[in-house]
Amino acid sequence: MNGDLYPSTRSSQLGHRQESTNLADILERVLDKGIVIAGDIRINLLDIELLTIKIRLLVASVDKAREIGIDWWEHDPSLSSGRGNLAVENRKLRERIGELEASNGDQAGSSDGARSRRRVRRTEGVAQDE
Amino acid sequence: MSDHSVYLYAIGDAALADSHVLAETTGVEAVPVRTVVEGPLAAVVASVDRDRFSEQSIRARLEDLEWVEKLARTHHEVVDRVARNHPIAPVRMATVYLNDAGVRELLGDHRSELAATLDRVRGRSEWGVKGYAAPANEASAAELEASASDAPGTSYLMRRLAERDRAAHRRERVAEAAEKLHQEFAALAVDSRVYPPQDPRLTGRRQEMILNAAYLVDEAGAALLAERVNAATDDELRLELTGPWAPYSFTSLEES
Repeated sequence: MNGDLYPSTRSSQLGHRQESTNLADILERVLDKGIVIAGDIRINLLDIELLTIKIRLLVASVDKAREIGIDWWEHDPSLSSGRGNLAVENRKLRERIGELEASNGDQAGSSDGARSRRRVRRTEGVAQDE
Repeated sequence: MSDHSVYLYAIGDAALADSHVLAETTGVEAVPVRTVVEGPLAAVVASVDRDRFSEQSIRARLEDLEWVEKLARTHHEVVDRVARNHPIAPVRMATVYLNDAGVRELLGDHRSELAATLDRVRGRSEWGVKGYAAPANEASAAELEASASDAPGTSYLMRRLAERDRAAHRRERVAEAAEKLHQEFAALAVDSRVYPPQDPRLTGRRQEMILNAAYLVDEAGAALLAERVNAATDDELRLELTGPWAPYSFTSLEES
């Protein structure tokens, strides 16, 4: 018999075990795993991801949403889908740093060589002020 | 014409017909579950209202998320309850036949595949492991001081850049660690599946899911897996074990 199919150690040793009724986990399984057969009633469950997200929002709206702010993921770049934007953002930041450093050299009198050269070039036009 | 249709939960051995577990279980719409037996196989089913479970009606009610959630949970509860005592193959939610004959035909037509599927999961259960990348720590005080300069704009951007780079490296490192662990866990299992990470909107967590896998294990394997998952969790990669699940991930059947 399979009475022991599920070990009696179920929760005791599993410090990191989440509650087994997590809706996301359930939906992930019941919506498109197991035996998928058409049956006599043809139901289109194709847009499962959208459906599950909608459901999660519903669930979130009644429990956690107020705590966590229901739309926080939309503002957190590491969580929204565009991780590929990281490289772009890095490049933009580097460019911006370059610009800032250049103008910084103009105004703040750094002794660094590149900035000094710029200053020299520039002072040609405004020599009388120096 | 009958006024009910047949909602299908799972498929198992014909012995299910005598199961005391089934006798005590109710499913969708609080209808008690029963079996439809054909040869060596049995389907766990319930009679449901034909109108409420018509194609049109289900389609319309899929818009009603509370209904969908309730159906998902009920479906899962029935499957889970039976799976705790018998080897079964869960059937996808909202699979409906017009009558018992349709279910018998299914069992007959797919007899050998279904029997093979049941044999594969017999004495085994499914466990899920999810790995989350812990959020990056704030930059250390030393780093902040080091990057402070007489140009606040530049230092801010440098800091941002360093944070970004650090986060990217960290993510890479964590993803590699997760992949290695998955290989290790898979070696303990009879079979394994890797799923796409769940959307943070689904998990409701800020931590990014890096690993989302399922493992089919026997009892000894389950104990080892639990041990390894606990041991492998660290500050950067938080692992969570869920289960035992009915073998949802290991009972797919090619539709012919």
